[in-house]
Amino acid sequence: MEKKSSSLANLFLLFIFFILYAPIFYLIFYSFNSGGTMSHFEGFTLDWYRELLHDTRLLIIVLNTVVIALLSALIATITGVLGAIGIRSYKRRQTRNTLLSLNNVLIVSPDVIMGASFLILFTMAGIQLGFYSVLLSHIAFSIPIVVLMVLPKLMEMSSSLEDAARDLGASHWNVLTKVTLPYIAPGIFAGFFMALTYSLDDFAVTFFVTGNGFSTLSVEIYSLARRGVSLNINALSTLMFVITVIFVVVYYYLASRSGTKGASLRR
Amino acid sequence: MQNKTFRHLFMLPYALWIIIFVIAPILLVVYFSFFDINGNFSLTNYKNFFTATYLQMTLNSFWYAFLITVISLLIAYPTAYILTRTKHKQLWLLLIIVPSWINLLLKAYAFIGIFGTHGAANRFLEWAGIGSRQLLFTDFSFVFVAVYIFIPFMILPIFNALDKLNPSLLYAANDLGASKWTTFRRVIFPLTLDGVKSGCQVVFIPALSLFMLTRLIAGNRVITLGTAIEQQFLVTQNWGMGATIAVFLIIIMVGFMALTSIRRRGV
Repeated sequence: MEKKSSSLANLFLLFIFFILYAPIFYLIFYSFNSGGTMSHFEGFTLDWYRELLHDTRLLIIVLNTVVIALLSALIATITGVLGAIGIRSYKRRQTRNTLLSLNNVLIVSPDVIMGASFLILFTMAGIQLGFYSVLLSHIAFSIPIVVLMVLPKLMEMSSSLEDAARDLGASHWNVLTKVTLPYIAPGIFAGFFMALTYSLDDFAVTFFVTGNGFSTLSVEIYSLARRGVSLNINALSTLMFVITVIFVVVYYYLASRSGTKGASLRR
Repeated sequence: MQNKTFRHLFMLPYALWIIIFVIAPILLVVYFSFFDINGNFSLTNYKNFFTATYLQMTLNSFWYAFLITVISLLIAYPTAYILTRTKHKQLWLLLIIVPSWINLLLKAYAFIGIFGTHGAANRFLEWAGIGSRQLLFTDFSFVFVAVYIFIPFMILPIFNALDKLNPSLLYAANDLGASKWTTFRRVIFPLTLDGVKSGCQVVFIPALSLFMLTRLIAGNRVITLGTAIEQQFLVTQNWGMGATIAVFLIIIMVGFMALTSIRRRGV
């Protein structure tokens, strides 16, 4: 009886894994198809990848995406780390909780609302839609993530470390750069990395604030996919899948070093 | 004293972020909801929202989000349960989570191929003797893909709750003569309710505001609140109406979070 139910359970698990991974490998499989469809495999080819490499417009979009991701993650990390240190310095529980709730507003709010409200914001502020509006919104939605990654590390640090440094005559600046920052470094790296992946992955917010003439990879895939199947999207997907897997490995390496326990999800 | 100025300096960029990107956007959305398409101050949008068309749409959106949440829960709970019973459970969990890191658009695009007229799903149906049919651009494909996307988000919190469960409680229930079903109903499920609640939170709200899937997979057959907002902002250019729907989405979101909020109890 026990035996039977456990093999049934394994079958169920296997089925779930199949459902989860089959679409992704389906996509990858047909990226090598010399016929132009995602249904009939004619023969092996690397033409779609070759086409990708010669598509200058797409390469510019990839470059845009990477520049936005790196810049927004960097700025968000600096702001987020300062914010986290600031939040910790408030000793009143009430103040801290208020700040944390405000911090989490953008994390729980749906992408559509974020996108729409940022669109209103940029239009009201007279910022032209394009590179800067996309950069600013990516910074905006990455900051709370950085704070959430850094704060636990900060809270875990005993304040006697800083007190000792100050007693021994270290200036505020020295305490920050020689004691606090090195201690929370793993959290900072994890935060930077999360911000990077959020930015690379974002579609909805970017879609609202991108305007004409500027595009990131997600938005480009959307407009291509609306026109139907074309196998160079498959080739692009395969490359992105490989990069994602590398990112997951890096993230878990960082997380295990920073002692952030358990797995983490992406939106 | 010096400490204070140091702290204010730290908090400055973070505080600016809170004011500009957290508080201002919400206020702007509420403010814009009071202007009609011609830019006149009025309550037309709110009046429009309470007409049959919009109420119907809201109800539909709720129904789909409800369906997606319930199906995800029904699949995720047993999966999480079986996962906690496996050897190397953290590794299996990681494998469940990896697909959540893959760009949403790529997953949606894969299903355009799979559900296509000659795609894998139809070939399977033909093989099974049912015969091919229109799958893409139906409610079924929309719900299927949405569930596919949200499943990892439902599994993780439930897995964590199940993993924390003290096994001696189960032994106790068994010793006292409870059947497996009674143990599940009276012991396991109530103790993992918090995990279920947070799982529902991370599925229901995004499901209400999906807009990319409705276009790519459901072919505009399904209009969710998210789709309606996107349409009003980017197609119709009626920002007032879009903002009004956004206000209601925010209200629904806050209400749902309050409903499923987790009260921390001492164990």
